[in-house]
Amino acid sequence: MSDLAQVDKTVDARGSYCPGPLMELIKTVKAASVGQVIEVLSSDQGSAKDIPEWVKKVGHELIYNEKAQDGDYWRIAVKKVK
Amino acid sequence: MSKDVVILGGGTGGTMVANHIARTMRNEVRSGEITITQITSSDKHIYQPSFLFVAINHARVQDYTRSQKSLLSTGVNLVVDTATKIDAASNTITLQSGKTVSYDILVIATGAYPDFSSVPGLAEAADNFYTPEGAEKLRDKLLSFEGGKIVITIDVPHKCPVAPMELVFMLDDLYRRKGIRDKVDLLYTYPIGRLHSLEPCANWAAPKFEELGINSEIFFNVESVDPDKKVVKTVEGSEVPFDILISIPAHRGAKVIQESGLGDEGGFIPTNRHLLKAEGHDNIYVLGDATNLPISKAGSTAHYEADVVAENIISELRGLPPSHYYDGKVFCFVEAGLDSATYITFSYDKPPAPVPDSEMIHWFKLAFNEMYWLSVRGML
Ligand SMILES: Cc1cc2nc3c(=O)[nH]c(=O)nc-3n(C[C@H](O)[C@H](O)[C@H](O)COP(=O)(O)OP(=O)(O)OC[C@H]3O[C@@H](n4cnc5c(N)ncnc54)[C@H](O)[C@@H]3O)c2cc1C
Repeated sequence: MSDLAQVDKTVDARGSYCPGPLMELIKTVKAASVGQVIEVLSSDQGSAKDIPEWVKKVGHELIYNEKAQDGDYWRIAVKKVK
Repeated sequence: MSKDVVILGGGTGGTMVANHIARTMRNEVRSGEITITQITSSDKHIYQPSFLFVAINHARVQDYTRSQKSLLSTGVNLVVDTATKIDAASNTITLQSGKTVSYDILVIATGAYPDFSSVPGLAEAADNFYTPEGAEKLRDKLLSFEGGKIVITIDVPHKCPVAPMELVFMLDDLYRRKGIRDKVDLLYTYPIGRLHSLEPCANWAAPKFEELGINSEIFFNVESVDPDKKVVKTVEGSEVPFDILISIPAHRGAKVIQESGLGDEGGFIPTNRHLLKAEGHDNIYVLGDATNLPISKAGSTAHYEADVVAENIISELRGLPPSHYYDGKVFCFVEAGLDSATYITFSYDKPPAPVPDSEMIHWFKLAFNEMYWLSVRGML
């Protein structure tokens, strides 16, 4: 649940076709410290699938992946674990 | 009292804004009501997209270099100096020479720069075509290459999102013509789960890679490079050997942005996505590669943004509220070899649509390389 997690940084990648939400997330996760939670806002439905796929591949932790109640976009949060 | 407009940065975006305001407000400039000053580090202006062509010896850096002065309209004062500090509280900029310049309205267009220290081993092991010296050094290696493995790696954020893919198509074509393509292993890598962040671009490229025998590895984010063993390692756990490593490292904003406390952790300035003002600073506009906007860092982005920034400043100087809004528009040519190209365009709410590549679009791109000099002067 988004309101339970503590988010350290939110990246508003809505309207981003290039570089796109996952690239914005990768950039932010690299600059973050271990333990921090990064939330991405994405208007691209594909993010709901490709962000978790990358997170799993690298071994970070997916905190939530849900459609926002107040609009036509997704909120996805990731915890940097290594 | 005159109103002082200062433009920091004399690249694509800064030059377009300066010329646009100077031409539209020539009477106010002449009468001394407003002053327009551009501060930039170099007296030379280099057209960066030419580096792609320099790397394969289809262009020379000196042919794409002009004096900055020659590109500016009458009415723009040029100061060639490097800003070391922007003090947004007192509306002043300190320069390396020790001078201080004050402004009523500031435009920041200081660009983005590849950070070769972003990954251990990268600076020692990798070649690049994102700097003029890098492109010339790489050209020498590529032209004398007789076979082996060329690996292309891409980190985020970086400018010109299609350039790495263009380079791999050009290398394929170059080595075919040289007759050694069967001895060259081309490996193109990409950070996310497809060949390009723009889905139509990725879908367009995939069958071409297949047909041309260009290898690829996706979800490829470089963690370190071993310059002695010539191996690149990724965050995802892959280890790949190379003979030539062509790398587009993560970019950072200009040093002065980081040192003035105006940027995020990467040195990019938090910017309002429509009005293009720096968040929290009503008299500072930002455009081009210097913003933190989640859109392509490209010359075309800077061009569309320049019109919005210049028009809003003109409105404000004439006592009107800023009323121009950037819609996120980007336009990019994509080279598909040595004599074919396609293009792609999109905005915040309009997804990109693919166009088949053709020789005609390639000639448009080459023509634009020349027309740039008119465009940056504001004549196009
Ligand atoms: C290989 C390559 C290929 C490319 N191909 C394309 C393409 O095909 N299409 C496209 O649209 N874009 C392309 N680009 C991207 C394009 O060149 C940039 O996005 C564009 O130049 C950005 O403009 P800008 O004004 O933001 O920054 P820049 O043009 O980089 O200008 C920044 C300016 O700020 C100045 N500056 C920085 N710090 C200071 C300081 N402290 N004090 C004073 N001055 C300072 C610099 O001297 C420079 O003049 C390519 C780039 C590269 C490297």
